[in-house]
Amino acid sequence: MYKQVLQSMDNVAIWPVISFVVFFTFFIVLLWWTFTADKTFIREMSEKPLHDGSESNVNAESLT
Amino acid sequence: MQLEKIHYDNKIVKAFIIATVIFGIVGMTVGLLAAIQLFYPLFNFDLQYTTFGRIRPLHTNAVIFAFVGNAMFAGVYYSMQRLLKTRLFNDTLSWIHFWGWQLIILAAAVTLPLGFTTSKEYAELEWPIDIAIALVWVVFGINMIGTIIKRREQHMYVAVWFYIATFVTVAVLHIVNSFEMPVTLFKSYSWYAGVQDALVQWWYGHNAVAFFLTTPFLGIMYYFLPKAANRPVYSYRLSIIHFWSLIFIYIWAGPHHLLYTALPDWAQSLGVVFSIMLIAPSWGGMLNGLFTLRGAWDRVREDAVLKFMVVAVTAYGMATLEGPLLSLKNVNAIAHYTDWIVAHVHVGGLGWNGFLIFGMLYWVIPRMWNTKLYSSKLANLHFWIGTLGIVFYALPMYVSGVVQSLMWKEFAADGFLRYQNFLETTTQILPMHMLRATGGALYLTGVFIMTYNLIKTAYAGKFVANEEAEVSPLVKVKHTTGGYWHHILEAKPVLFTVLALVAILIGGIIELVPTFLIKSNVPTIATVKPYTPLELHGRDIYIREGCVNCHSQMIRPFRSEVQRYDPKGGEYSKAGEYVYDHPFLWGSKRTGPDLQRLGGKYADSWHFRHMLTPAEVSTGSIMPAYPWLYEQQIDKGLTTGKISALRTIGVPYADDYEATANDELDAQANRIVDNLKLEGLETTADAEIVALIAYLQRLGTDIKLKDVATSNE
Repeated sequence: MYKQVLQSMDNVAIWPVISFVVFFTFFIVLLWWTFTADKTFIREMSEKPLHDGSESNVNAESLT
Repeated sequence: MQLEKIHYDNKIVKAFIIATVIFGIVGMTVGLLAAIQLFYPLFNFDLQYTTFGRIRPLHTNAVIFAFVGNAMFAGVYYSMQRLLKTRLFNDTLSWIHFWGWQLIILAAAVTLPLGFTTSKEYAELEWPIDIAIALVWVVFGINMIGTIIKRREQHMYVAVWFYIATFVTVAVLHIVNSFEMPVTLFKSYSWYAGVQDALVQWWYGHNAVAFFLTTPFLGIMYYFLPKAANRPVYSYRLSIIHFWSLIFIYIWAGPHHLLYTALPDWAQSLGVVFSIMLIAPSWGGMLNGLFTLRGAWDRVREDAVLKFMVVAVTAYGMATLEGPLLSLKNVNAIAHYTDWIVAHVHVGGLGWNGFLIFGMLYWVIPRMWNTKLYSSKLANLHFWIGTLGIVFYALPMYVSGVVQSLMWKEFAADGFLRYQNFLETTTQILPMHMLRATGGALYLTGVFIMTYNLIKTAYAGKFVANEEAEVSPLVKVKHTTGGYWHHILEAKPVLFTVLALVAILIGGIIELVPTFLIKSNVPTIATVKPYTPLELHGRDIYIREGCVNCHSQMIRPFRSEVQRYDPKGGEYSKAGEYVYDHPFLWGSKRTGPDLQRLGGKYADSWHFRHMLTPAEVSTGSIMPAYPWLYEQQIDKGLTTGKISALRTIGVPYADDYEATANDELDAQANRIVDNLKLEGLETTADAEIVALIAYLQRLGTDIKLKDVATSNE
């Protein structure tokens, strides 16, 4: 069954071009966003693992 | 703001950790056994359940899905609760997930030694277990997405994105690669054939490495490394780029496992290009991990946790540089089918996965039991013995890989191969295999030391089943800052999941669809015919015994390979030869010679004697003996089922072929029995060895008929 579905597709050659355009645009926007992102937000995000609400339970010192 | 009191579920994490340690020991012990079998064939024990062909998949499945899999779930469940400030979505689901996964492992541990296998690497389990895996994986997914939805954090930390990508991609890979046509409860045929099966399998195989062994552990790295170093990740911006480029690019790289094979050239090139591109995100991630330790390097000297993590991240960097280099066709021409690949995967497995897991365990167990580590000295000893183990494992394998490959390719002045007997190249590298086993034993010793240390730690402390935390409730913040679309994305987990799915689907579809669609990709060869019923039974025995673990069926287009494997015909392997191969049996490692053109090379009696006592027929052979093939009978009752199943998936057997199939089978078997009798060898027509001989004698003979056909014209 799947073969019939696949064989009925036209213009498969355009797919790589479309995907390239999608990828390229995505990455440009991604780069643009990361470099213009709000500094406080980035700092806040990067500190997420260090503030998980259970610090009281955790031996802060190194365990060795 | 009023703080809420919540409790993190440590009990489920504990269960997954215990499973990790147990299956780590089991999986590595089986690996050590397999390594020893390669220089002392005695350790195959002449038992069908313990031969290398069945033990090797048991090892790979145990370490990948049981050891690393359980560690992944432990790490994901521990970190996700804390990053999202909520208990897991549903405790019952967590436990269904845990026990379901352990049952699957148990099923694998029973069925693989019994010989129930699809033979597709890292996807060997038969169809009922495949369905179970899909169901348990969905339970994991629901539990994860549910946890994300009930979070008390507006935004998802980067580790959580890696977990989402893992869930989504592994689900897609597993389902697509597991399409198979059941014959009995424990026997099925891959839906795809030949080149298409190979492409789907390595699209899966490569991305199993990417999305089962890499992305979840990058998430774990992004959580546990900052925790252990007690400082934030070096660059959060870099981690965003790392994530998206990694998942976009990884999915395309699968064909680099099939360079110089009968896979269409464009697909091979696609695999090479994307593999080289992978260096960028991989190294971005590695540097991000290492730079996180800036200003904390003095602590690396004392802290075993950081030591393990530094070596893990470095091994990740090494393996992800080596991988793309191995994807270059000129490097691959040397490395493929050799121990070099074994070295490469073990740098990743032992170094990256193993050491990151050990670091995580040493960090998390004292915290979950609210105590200090029992012995930091033992942890440091584990670190050094493990590191030595990796070195002793990898270096001999590099040497042996290059040595053997060059021996395969060397021509003497007379224009013939210098080492015409494959066996010479095998015996040459046996010392390296012994060293490798030593390395593995060292590494395993380290794991025993760790287990002792962790058990002592747990006994010294008191387990905190429900860890209390005080968190602020989630206040919905409306985004007014225009343009920060990723900002918004991190707050929308479902949309994020869909986008990650789209990212990996694009690569997968573009790679797979044309191979199925464009007929010219697999040129047909008129003389290639479906297997006879007896050959079909023989092929299924070949699959059951895991012959594919040591023997390829793919002659690459090199003069050295054509001369070695098809000196008379002079043909390398063509895509059209495999159109009825459900599944494909190209193999990925040549511990023994290629078998693609084996048919007609030796007499039936040679095979009969060789399978019974390989070392007597070929002096110095390390191949296991297969005495049970002479006692067990093929089940002729399955013939019709096999033929109907294959016809359903496209093999052109005539409509009423089932009626005469077994008569044809008997006739072919009797011819072989008569042949053997001439040499004084007695056997019965329904003995498994007869079917296997029929299959081995068929291999590669269709293309020889083509020459006959052309010369007759």
